[in-house]
Amino acid sequence: MTPALPFVLPQWLITVAILLAVVGLAAVLIWVERRALGIWQDRWGPNRVWFLGIGQVAADMIKIFMKDDWVPPFADRAVFVIAPSIVMITILLAVAVVPFTPELTIAGDWNIGVLFFLGMTSLAVYSVMLGGWSSNSKYAMLGTLRASAQSISYEVFMGLALLGVVIQTGSFSLKDIVLAQQDLWFVVPQALGFLIFMIAGLAETHRLPLDLPEAEHELTAGFHTEYSGMKFGMFFVGEYVAVVLVSAMLTTLFFGGWLGPTFGFWFMPIVWFAAKTGAFILFFVLLRAAIPRPRFDQFMGFGWKVLLPLSLLNVVVTGAIVVGKGS
Amino acid sequence: MSPALKERRADGILGELHTRFPGESFVEQKTADGIPTVWVPAGKLLAVMKYLKLDAKPGYRMLYDLTAVDERLRQNRNGLPKADFSVVYHLMSFERNSDIRVKVALEGESPSVPSLSGLWLNANWYEREAWDLFGIKFDGHPHLVRIMMPRTWQGHPLRKDHPARATEMERFTMDEAKMYREQEALRIKPEEWGMQVQGEDNDFMVLNLGPNHPSVHGVFRVMLQLDGEEIVQAAPDIGYHHRGAEKMGERQSWHTYIPYTDRIDYLGGVMNNLPYLMAVEKMAGIQVPPRAQTIRVMLSEFFRITSHLLFYGTFVQDVGSMSPVFYMFVDRQKAYDVIEAITGFRMHPAWFRIGGVAADLPKGWDRLVREFLDFMPKRLLDYEKMALRNTILKKRCIGIGRYNAEEAIEWGVTGPNLRATGYEWDYRKARPYSGYENFEFDIPTGKNGDVYDRCLVRVEEIRQSLRIIEQCLNNMPEGDYKARHPLTTPPIKDNTMQDIETLIHHFLNVSWGPVIPAGECSMTVEATKGLNSYYLTSDGGTMSYRTRIRTPSFAHLQQIPYISRGLMVPDLIAIIASIDFVMADVDR
Repeated sequence: MTPALPFVLPQWLITVAILLAVVGLAAVLIWVERRALGIWQDRWGPNRVWFLGIGQVAADMIKIFMKDDWVPPFADRAVFVIAPSIVMITILLAVAVVPFTPELTIAGDWNIGVLFFLGMTSLAVYSVMLGGWSSNSKYAMLGTLRASAQSISYEVFMGLALLGVVIQTGSFSLKDIVLAQQDLWFVVPQALGFLIFMIAGLAETHRLPLDLPEAEHELTAGFHTEYSGMKFGMFFVGEYVAVVLVSAMLTTLFFGGWLGPTFGFWFMPIVWFAAKTGAFILFFVLLRAAIPRPRFDQFMGFGWKVLLPLSLLNVVVTGAIVVGKGS
Repeated sequence: MSPALKERRADGILGELHTRFPGESFVEQKTADGIPTVWVPAGKLLAVMKYLKLDAKPGYRMLYDLTAVDERLRQNRNGLPKADFSVVYHLMSFERNSDIRVKVALEGESPSVPSLSGLWLNANWYEREAWDLFGIKFDGHPHLVRIMMPRTWQGHPLRKDHPARATEMERFTMDEAKMYREQEALRIKPEEWGMQVQGEDNDFMVLNLGPNHPSVHGVFRVMLQLDGEEIVQAAPDIGYHHRGAEKMGERQSWHTYIPYTDRIDYLGGVMNNLPYLMAVEKMAGIQVPPRAQTIRVMLSEFFRITSHLLFYGTFVQDVGSMSPVFYMFVDRQKAYDVIEAITGFRMHPAWFRIGGVAADLPKGWDRLVREFLDFMPKRLLDYEKMALRNTILKKRCIGIGRYNAEEAIEWGVTGPNLRATGYEWDYRKARPYSGYENFEFDIPTGKNGDVYDRCLVRVEEIRQSLRIIEQCLNNMPEGDYKARHPLTTPPIKDNTMQDIETLIHHFLNVSWGPVIPAGECSMTVEATKGLNSYYLTSDGGTMSYRTRIRTPSFAHLQQIPYISRGLMVPDLIAIIASIDFVMADVDR
């Protein structure tokens, strides 16, 4: 059984700590990604500022905060300003349901945790949509169209991929889902669901190779073409928070969350969770380095023609097995 | 006095022309390059061209180049027809493996000549260029507007009375009114390009892709009419990189123009020097010694490799793969290390000279070249696994932007882009120059003429270039690196202290620059991106009378609307990447 924390923390402290940690991690990720890509691509990456260049995070933040906060005169000002914050808010709200350990969580025991997560990630698409729409620019418009289509479609497969896990656990609570993996991580029985969820998660975060809404080679910067300064920074950090979130969800849903040999140490669950999540984050970075971008229509076709039947099949088979076992 | 055709027994194509058009006053002109050159009256132009393209067996199917010359200040006319301007058509026949040059003499301040745009699809841009730069009207041209210069430009820059230096012009200022005027001139007028804004039950988006867009490889604009993301119409717009390289040729000495050529196809480095120098040497009657020729071949092939590596990397990147470009830049740097050790410069060494190369190979060059030859093939195999065999990449490339050999020739497409259609034709094999006949190498070809094949052909060409370099390494001849000829610039000076000749030559060639005998010559090389020619006219002076640079990329870009219709925006990006152009090579 998981050893309890040797001390009791007030819930507000945990909440603040988790949110700060996630945003902080997202900022550090900028450096991690650039260094990791650098190493994989036979170059250095940022290595000048402070130890191993990690001060680059601070330097980037200073730069982005000092930048001229410019709203294009042709944009719809109010919406243009609000849009970037939506992504931050919704993704951070979704983080609330992730159980980092049994105690370290904001709402991990919530009995609709999975649904809340899906709902919040769905809302995040408004950020991209409103941002691109209010920019009143053609490239942003094309990016927005792609983003809405991509997010809405992959939302479906993401939800369906999760259902297998939910059926096996019999609960929407993420904590219960982790506890149900004591004997066997869900990645084994739900391998298909895992793959689909990962692809859909990648699509939700708009990262290369599935960064079609931004696709700099085609749409310059897609939906955030007109954004600069901190407003762009919110999209940017929002993307990284989403990467952390998806990695954490993959860990929770399929890789046993905090579970792992503890050797009696109270901090081991945190270490396990962090290690698993970190591995997924690095994997996402590696994917970015390794795979080209599919064409938009090919990617949508892949979703509806391949992923949808597969995820439905997964649900049906899992359901049948669970029902069969129960009877 | 060149006799008119009917008065002498002409053979070859000129004889055929004589038979077909008896009694016409066609004037034959002798040129240094030996290309049959004939002046025809403007009224007969269409008939002659039609005959040459369609009726002659085999026909001259490619309109290789179309340009003009301002003849008004030319001194050495030697019996050429009286002309204020001449329009020059350079046709190419692959079956005959020979060319023909047709000229039309024009008189007056605003001359005009019938347009060939009904006969060759690619005449369109060439005629616009001649209109823009010379003010020659092409009657019947569908859309004769400026192509290189801004729409607001006054005058026609390549006319001899147009100033060549900023100091000869009025001081340039940009006030607000002018800025608005210039911006307004750049705005897309959809109907001008045959674009619809509204369909029956939907609106179309008119999108400005470029001139500053991450994937257009420089300053290149494609105006698009989009239905969703599908391209209904595309209209490329060039001229943003126009630096007047041809005009500069008219006020630089033959020698000091060499560095300008490096910057035409700026990825081709010294390979650009080659056609220019070959043309100058031909007119001067210089024989380049074998060692110099082999050094030229070796460095040209090095630049083919660096250019193709850059293509390879950026192509894969434009299709959305982030990493390979970095590996290829590393390799490219390895090649540049060798180039730098030999020439002292990376990208634009301007290292070839009239009559040879600037210096002999440095000590230890062979070791450096050997190291590179050992290093490169392994890497190419890696890339094949990493990039070319990737399913996503294949899905995005195969079958996209297809054209066949017929269409390629119609559009003036040459080089790897022609070979990708399966048409096995390489200038180095068909008409060897600089000693290419002594080398063993294959001509890689594709099958489908699509984006993917254009990449494959180039990758294979890297391997063939390595083969050529290896042969250069193993068989580098001994001897002079520069011809012992008075017009060689600067001359070899090993005897300067003993004889007056080389000292005088050096003095003259450095103070005036060499004086090249009057004449005309066009020389072509198989450059990195296709056929690159310099068509030089000397009036017996220290400077060129007219420098015409025929670049492959100009022709290739003109074809974009034709092969991208009905595809999606990402396909257009893949097509643009697969064409492999640099804007300096288009606009010059």
